[in-house]
Amino acid sequence: MGSTSAHNNEGLGRRDLIKRSAALGVITVPTMSFLASCASGDSGSDEKVEKGTKSAENPLAVNESAPLELVIFDGGFGTKYAEDAKAVYAKTYPKAKVTFSKTQKIQSVLQPRFNGGTPPDLIDNSGAQQMDMGVLVGKKQLADLTPLLDAPSIDDPSKTVRDTLRPGIVEMGQFDGDPVWIMYYAYTVYGVWYSQTALDKLDATYPENWDDMLALCAKAKKKGIAGWTYAGKYPYYLPFSLYPFIAKIGGSEVLDAIDNLEPKAWEHPAVKAAFEAYYELYKKGYVLEGTPGLDHRGSQGAWANGKALFIPNGSWVENEEAAIIPKDFKLSVGAPSSLDASDKMPFGTIWASGGEPFIVPANAKNAEGGMEQLRIMLSEASSKSFTTSTKSLSAYNGGTDGIELSDGLKSGVAALEKAGTNVVNPRLQDWYVKLQKEQIGVSGLGEMMAGRATPAEAIKKIQGYADAAAKDQSIKHFKHQ
Amino acid sequence: MQHGKYRFIVGFLIAPMALYVIFVVWPFIQSIYYSFTDWTGLSPDFEMVGFDNYTKMFKDDVFWKSLEHSVLLAILLPLVTLGLALFFAFMLNVGGRRRKGAVISGVRGSGFYKIAYFFPQVLSIAIVAILFQFAFDPAQGMINGSLKAFGFDHLPNWLGDPKLALWCIMAVLVWCTTGFFVVLFSAGMASIPKDFYEAALLDGASRFTTFFRITLPLLWDTVQSGWVYMGILALGAEGFAVVNIMSVGPGGPDYSTTVLPLYVYQAAFRDGQAGYATTIGVALLLVTLAFAAVVMKLGRRERLEY
Repeated sequence: MGSTSAHNNEGLGRRDLIKRSAALGVITVPTMSFLASCASGDSGSDEKVEKGTKSAENPLAVNESAPLELVIFDGGFGTKYAEDAKAVYAKTYPKAKVTFSKTQKIQSVLQPRFNGGTPPDLIDNSGAQQMDMGVLVGKKQLADLTPLLDAPSIDDPSKTVRDTLRPGIVEMGQFDGDPVWIMYYAYTVYGVWYSQTALDKLDATYPENWDDMLALCAKAKKKGIAGWTYAGKYPYYLPFSLYPFIAKIGGSEVLDAIDNLEPKAWEHPAVKAAFEAYYELYKKGYVLEGTPGLDHRGSQGAWANGKALFIPNGSWVENEEAAIIPKDFKLSVGAPSSLDASDKMPFGTIWASGGEPFIVPANAKNAEGGMEQLRIMLSEASSKSFTTSTKSLSAYNGGTDGIELSDGLKSGVAALEKAGTNVVNPRLQDWYVKLQKEQIGVSGLGEMMAGRATPAEAIKKIQGYADAAAKDQSIKHFKHQ
Repeated sequence: MQHGKYRFIVGFLIAPMALYVIFVVWPFIQSIYYSFTDWTGLSPDFEMVGFDNYTKMFKDDVFWKSLEHSVLLAILLPLVTLGLALFFAFMLNVGGRRRKGAVISGVRGSGFYKIAYFFPQVLSIAIVAILFQFAFDPAQGMINGSLKAFGFDHLPNWLGDPKLALWCIMAVLVWCTTGFFVVLFSAGMASIPKDFYEAALLDGASRFTTFFRITLPLLWDTVQSGWVYMGILALGAEGFAVVNIMSVGPGGPDYSTTVLPLYVYQAAFRDGQAGYATTIGVALLLVTLAFAAVVMKLGRRERLEY
């Protein structure tokens, strides 16, 4: 390590040079403003392709030779189903050049294109890097999908696409008023997931009320099996069974009030009762030890290996853990158990709703093409290909006949049949991502289930977060219609 | 010799300076500009909102928690990492028993140790974080597994416990950065002339004295640069990566591990609030500059020539 000081007889020392070049930089900066290419350029050029001719085969008037660009999220469902549907489009419109790309980093890849006003024609906006829907809708970045919903469906031209969808799908795509901004393509059943085989070994059936639930957990504990586990690192998995439980106790209007960020919504007795019931699981030691430190895969692994009976989850768990769920597991989903006889909704009340949100950007060059691609995906054949390759239902109401259903899927279909009209659809996770995941999930429920906060403390904290979100002017607020 | 010197220098500097200004200085200025807007990051239209983002930030509990954790990392990590690295480097280069014919030597097997210490540096930080996440897993993890084998029960929840989580994350950061500084300091120590050590040896100085009176003062420049570098790592990329991958939530439990860069990331890429994110980014910039200034100020010493 030699010295770095200047030797005075050599004129300009290194240090002076640095000083001077820094000064030079300071002078240069203001003159650089002509290079000011703003990171968020102008709204892009509205060079939309011309519409094609409307016909019975082409109700959306797609331009037959216009290029189409699709960007699909490559996650738990893979992208095979989308590629199959893309092949159908390419066959229908042979002159169109269809570009298909898949990514896990939706936001990183697409943010610059939204800012530049040149987004692709159809996007599967999903995954950890999902773009915030509230912001996209608030900033008018999405196209209204009403033309698609009113177009005749592929399989039966006498029915519109709207008529072929499962209940709640259209409503989920609405944020305020009539326009439908999002087409949720998957249909997820949330609830308490368990192994029928494990229950059989304990001579038990799925507990339909909370006393039976506690009794079964006690029985399991004697055998060294925990009653419950959950994704401790991501406690926003708990609501998958807790929210429908709250609705069952107090009616679905309790969840609506929560979604609407109404003051005191969380102080409803039904919320308190549900929280206390879950807290009791922790208190009595029915939650698998170490759960608060497990991530989703860790908790699902412990559960699939028979260390715990129940886990709050969604129907994707079957595909996600396909490699480790044993052959004779008999995967099933249960609706929340009844708390007591005064519950407002019957046993079977379940949370099921759309997942995998597809959007057509407002500035898309070929928006009709994007919608046509969705119309193809919502045909029976495409829906079957989706269900076969992902073990998940799609938004298309039907499409399960004649294909071999996996255990979890069978149980999901049965649960939906049992629920009938008692399907609830809480919207916090779509409307207020930060509130749902970080504040309610990690800070509220996570702390309570780890035993570091009582139900009363958790409710107070969550109500505080909800009030703050309601007051925050920088986020867009939504209301149930 | 002096004739036309400046023109010559400026001529050579113009290209690198231009690059620096376009790709470093200009983005800084831009992000300061964006911190006064309500830009979402998802659409090209935004408005000036004055100091709204800043007032929001000063009232934001999560921001203060992130700041506190970031500052804690910036103070503690360099201390522990550089302290360990200095100790190891000294032992590997100077601290061994004196063998025949050599004035100074490291402990036995120092060649092997050097490789072993440096090894974490070869692994990507993301891989290290994921491996440690498995190790800290309270149910199936290696750490609790070994504790169980030694007969402990009531095992800690590590990353799931707000009191422990940040310490676990710091331990991982120390583990994966120490090796680099061991190698850096070893290189520095190799350039210290042997006669100093000979003289010290003849005067009967102990290892301890040798380290504090000879090695450390002559290595001070390197230590100081290492200090700034480590602080910036802790405030920036490495701190972010480990927290984002390992912690509950990430940033939890209950905000016990959130750090400034993570908060910037979440505001920009999860909440669609790019304007607010750049505001936090400006705060992070100020913290980083303040840190570098303090270290440079405190570390100023007389230059030694040898």
